[in-house]
Amino acid sequence: MITETRQYMTFKLGDELFAIDVAQVREVLEVPQITKVPTAPAYMRGVVNVRGQATPVVDFRLRFGLPKGADTVHTRIIVMELELDGEAAVLGGIADSVHEVIEIEPGNINPPPRIAMRWRTDFIQGMGKRGDDFIIILDVNAVFSSEELALVRDAAPHTGELAFAH
Amino acid sequence: MQYNPLETYLQEAEELLAEIEQSALSISAGERTEETINQLFRAFHTIKGSGAICGLDAVAGFTHHVESLLDRVREGAIPVSPALAELVLIARDHIRILLAAEQGGPPAPAGSSERLIAAVAEFANPGLNIPEKGSVAPTEPAAEHPESAEQTWRIRFCPNPSLLVNGGNPSALLRELRELGPCEITAHAEDVPALDSIQPDLCYLWWTITLQSAADQNVIRDVFIFVEDDSQLEIEVTPEVLPPVPLLSTAAAPSPDRPAVTPPADHSGAGDAPGAGAPLAPSRALARESTVRVPSNRLDRLVNLVGELVMNQSRLAQAASKSGSPEFTNPVQELERLVAELRDNVLGIRMLPIGTLFGRFRRLVHDLSAELGKEADLVTEGADTELDKSILDQLGEPLVHCLRNCLDHAVEPPEERLAKGKPRRATIRLAAIHTGSDVVVSIQDDGRGIDRAAVRARAVEKQLIAPAASLTDKDIFNLILMPGFSTARQVTSVSGRGVGMDAVKRQIDALRGSLSLASEEGKGVRVSITLPLTLAIIEGLLVEIGSDQFIVPMAAVTENVELLRSQRARNNGRNVIAVRGELVPYIDLRTAFRIESNAPSIEKVVIVQHEDHRVGLVVDRVLGTHQTVIQSLGKFLRSIEVVSGATIMGDGRVALIMDVAAVVRFAERQCREDPADFGAGCRATGIAGQPWNHLSPAGRITGGQTAAIT
Repeated sequence: MITETRQYMTFKLGDELFAIDVAQVREVLEVPQITKVPTAPAYMRGVVNVRGQATPVVDFRLRFGLPKGADTVHTRIIVMELELDGEAAVLGGIADSVHEVIEIEPGNINPPPRIAMRWRTDFIQGMGKRGDDFIIILDVNAVFSSEELALVRDAAPHTGELAFAH
Repeated sequence: MQYNPLETYLQEAEELLAEIEQSALSISAGERTEETINQLFRAFHTIKGSGAICGLDAVAGFTHHVESLLDRVREGAIPVSPALAELVLIARDHIRILLAAEQGGPPAPAGSSERLIAAVAEFANPGLNIPEKGSVAPTEPAAEHPESAEQTWRIRFCPNPSLLVNGGNPSALLRELRELGPCEITAHAEDVPALDSIQPDLCYLWWTITLQSAADQNVIRDVFIFVEDDSQLEIEVTPEVLPPVPLLSTAAAPSPDRPAVTPPADHSGAGDAPGAGAPLAPSRALARESTVRVPSNRLDRLVNLVGELVMNQSRLAQAASKSGSPEFTNPVQELERLVAELRDNVLGIRMLPIGTLFGRFRRLVHDLSAELGKEADLVTEGADTELDKSILDQLGEPLVHCLRNCLDHAVEPPEERLAKGKPRRATIRLAAIHTGSDVVVSIQDDGRGIDRAAVRARAVEKQLIAPAASLTDKDIFNLILMPGFSTARQVTSVSGRGVGMDAVKRQIDALRGSLSLASEEGKGVRVSITLPLTLAIIEGLLVEIGSDQFIVPMAAVTENVELLRSQRARNNGRNVIAVRGELVPYIDLRTAFRIESNAPSIEKVVIVQHEDHRVGLVVDRVLGTHQTVIQSLGKFLRSIEVVSGATIMGDGRVALIMDVAAVVRFAERQCREDPADFGAGCRATGIAGQPWNHLSPAGRITGGQTAAIT
């Protein structure tokens, strides 16, 4: 539950407006050449060089089950600092466009609706209201939690050990 | 970083406790030298003294009793014995608990300190079960032994000029010295510079002291114990009392806050003073190198920066050689040399002697053999062999596993050993040796050896091999390294929980190392682990497929050959190529990695050595060799096995470093799971009797039965 007024950075995937806590955003980059990682799941677009550090990049669209979109001049990489199982990790996320930093008061944030959502509610911290628009406030730590990664691992094309270990 | 004395103390105490452990184990192994006892005493003394300064009274109080006991040992009143070593070890563990409690850990069990103190006192005065009382400062034992003859000591004390800055107080030291007996103290002020160049917080004075005391050298040395490392200290017996050189004779010791003198550099000039004519004794202070503690992430950052520098340097070198102008190329070559030297030095900072790791194992073997009712000695060799810290950090666990295996399975109980005509105590030899760009760590025991029949029976039972299969020794040892393979008949608390040598092998593979076994039945097993010197830098071949670049570790590469489209066609889609008269299977990386682009008409095949066989990796272009600094891909990509890391290229792009063994495994699995996609290649290279199929022993040994066991 969100109880204080915080700043959020908004970005778009398709028509939907999302927000993440600015405290978790390190920087926003134009899309450089991305090095593909063989055998990685499709939503893992590859790795890019962020200030001398090879940083994995995830396609938010594919992560959330949206159809793949072509990169445009507005496409950006949001470099995020996450905390996973107590370990700090840096990860880039590809968004269709990045908009602005806004403040949302707790009074304008509703808990995520339980039904009629296209989105998995456990990835959502709340629904922010701004004028007539709704903004989906993401819980990025949950999106990339180790449980999620484990699911991803199972979905990856190379499961299990050597054949005779089965 | 904020300076925190308590933190420094805790780190220091941790090191001292490790030192104590080593000394105690040496004693228990039969070493009885005076130096070992002195070392023990000094370590406990420092823990006590610094502990008291930091306000850790529980630690200081307890340690005091142990110190008193050791002092009596030092005097020869108590013999050095394994029982003493045992007691010291218990005391050491207790101090650790007390220290942990100070840091917020669980408190020591009530009364445990008292019980141990009683045990220590009992040891110190057998029969008299009275805990020693009073504060026995290290100087007092001398007073307890008036029978030893009084001697005249000549002491030369040249403190480091920064003594005062570090909180040292020479007048207190001299006062303490006075308590040992009548002494004459001479301060030497000739190094004091002119008034305008005096730095008030430096100590420009040095002293010669003539002391008449029955105390022995250790007691005198202990007065200086906290400043000894930074100072020049000479203590010697003189046959007669020498008249002191009166320069600035002081009745009272010079006050430390009095403006003192001598620039630090001139300090060695004091060497021509009386008593310094003789060469300086190789004191501990001089022998010990000074060290700086640096958090390892700063070193990592430094290594990364040097990596980028190396990259940019090679780009610059390329540009320079293109330009052909000597004005440009000469400085670039000079720069190249400097960068290479810088790189080697930076990597050298992270190298630590493997002995730091070996030290822990002596205790492990000591404790485990007691627990298992076996008798074994650990002999270590090559403890000063250096390895990158990141490797050392990850090497501990596999080595512990190997040692446990040795003690639990290989080493026989003493009676059985005697019956076999072996010495009662087993010897486990842990050795590290430098060979070329590798370090080989071997663990050798003189126990039962590998029971080939048992391994075989177990493999048949697990349907890994056909009952009639003929196996070489190497095949047998490979079986042991397979997941879930264990011949242990029972699970003990020490090992045999189903994680066997395969776990060790996996961990070693992750360090880019390799593992091999050798055994003579009844005579023992030798496990050899070959490791690279560093994980930070890798020599690699840069290759390109489509627009993706990869680095293939140079260590695996044997040669490159061309692959024409016509050659492919001639082989009817079978993925093999003739290299110097031998058919080598190859993996088409474009297909394996699902890279969507068209292959050029002439492709390159990088031939790599994978275990005993050669395998080709088909790429579009080979771009040359590169020295690259490896970066981890991080948590998100940890599950990707075919690449072991990433590196930033000179143009800022990221290239991935291929894990050749994993690529071969991956391709093999792809073949089996998805024969439709990889059909042609699989039929040719895959299941029956092709070289890389030895990964699954069944396929090779029994010929084509792979399907039955998957």
